[in-house]
Amino acid sequence: MPPKKTEPALTSVPGANDVIVVDVREPDDTPVTPPGDPVPGSRRTVELQVRLLDQNDQQAAENRAVLKKRGIRALNFVSSPGAGKTALLERTLDALAGEVRCAVLVGDLETDNDARRLRRPGLPVAQITTGGTCHLDASMIARGLAALPLEGVRLLFIENVGNLVCPASFDLGENRRITLLSCTEGEDKPLKYPPIFTSAHAVILNKIDIATALGFDRAAALANIRRVAPQADIFELSARTGEGFDRWLAYLRGLL
Amino acid sequence: MHELGIAESALEMALTQATAAKATRVLSLVIRVGALSGVDPEALRFAFTAILPGTPAEGAAVQIDSVAALAYCPTCQRDFVPDTDHFFECPTCGQLCSTLKQGRELDLIRLEMT
Repeated sequence: MPPKKTEPALTSVPGANDVIVVDVREPDDTPVTPPGDPVPGSRRTVELQVRLLDQNDQQAAENRAVLKKRGIRALNFVSSPGAGKTALLERTLDALAGEVRCAVLVGDLETDNDARRLRRPGLPVAQITTGGTCHLDASMIARGLAALPLEGVRLLFIENVGNLVCPASFDLGENRRITLLSCTEGEDKPLKYPPIFTSAHAVILNKIDIATALGFDRAAALANIRRVAPQADIFELSARTGEGFDRWLAYLRGLL
Repeated sequence: MHELGIAESALEMALTQATAAKATRVLSLVIRVGALSGVDPEALRFAFTAILPGTPAEGAAVQIDSVAALAYCPTCQRDFVPDTDHFFECPTCGQLCSTLKQGRELDLIRLEMT
């Protein structure tokens, strides 16, 4: 009788729980072509229609294809620094442990602090250190995916660099873009930073456990989110207390 | 600050086009930037001043055409311009609409070369 096939036990692999660090800082060694001599009488205008993010979008499409082939659903979490992306992921990973195999890519300018916080037995997690870059792009995700053991993974959580502006422009190949807003940031952030909300599939209003103490106007915040992101599912929750998590976990299970 | 990377892509594309056309200099670039592209036109302009010197596009004029956001209301079947007070709220029927007809553009649309 052949031995019973078991899931790959990542925990038994030596060093499997170490944080994988993918350093994407690029040395600036681009050769610069010097300007040539102008050719007299050759002045001309060319009409084009080239998307400046075409290269990123192509890589994002490749990422999407790779993930689809592996049966992985990817979520891209974006927010300002300190809105609670890591805390949300910590509680989410604990809640799904033993039920859904997950993997994490986490981007920051420096340190692997977040990846260390997110370490869990058997969980593939890689820290992408961007150096100065203020967002993750599709090529960084491709490198992160190559570094992660993805066997059996169903959900990939990508924690973007904390920044409410730049990550909006970069498709990573994710299936869902999740924008977080926390009560400490104020009700009008969606109106001040529309692109990151207009492109979201879901918006999470985090830290609702301290909303009252802050004098936070939840109704106004929800109305602002709906104005800028009428398409988005909205989740009010607290990553610290777990309030509102049932709906959020049901949303994640619904993606599988 | 991702405008620098965007400007670098634009320069790379412009130089590729110029090389293919056997041009030696890029004299001007026209870039279209949507209001909801997440790119700040002034930061983009500043980024070009940093990267053009020493390249075949040195001294090139950079023109940035801004494109306003334009949303569409399926109920009234008409376009409207979202503003910060009434974001995506149809001015006629008040419905919140997520269909964006324009505003996310980030394109290189014209080059002048010699």
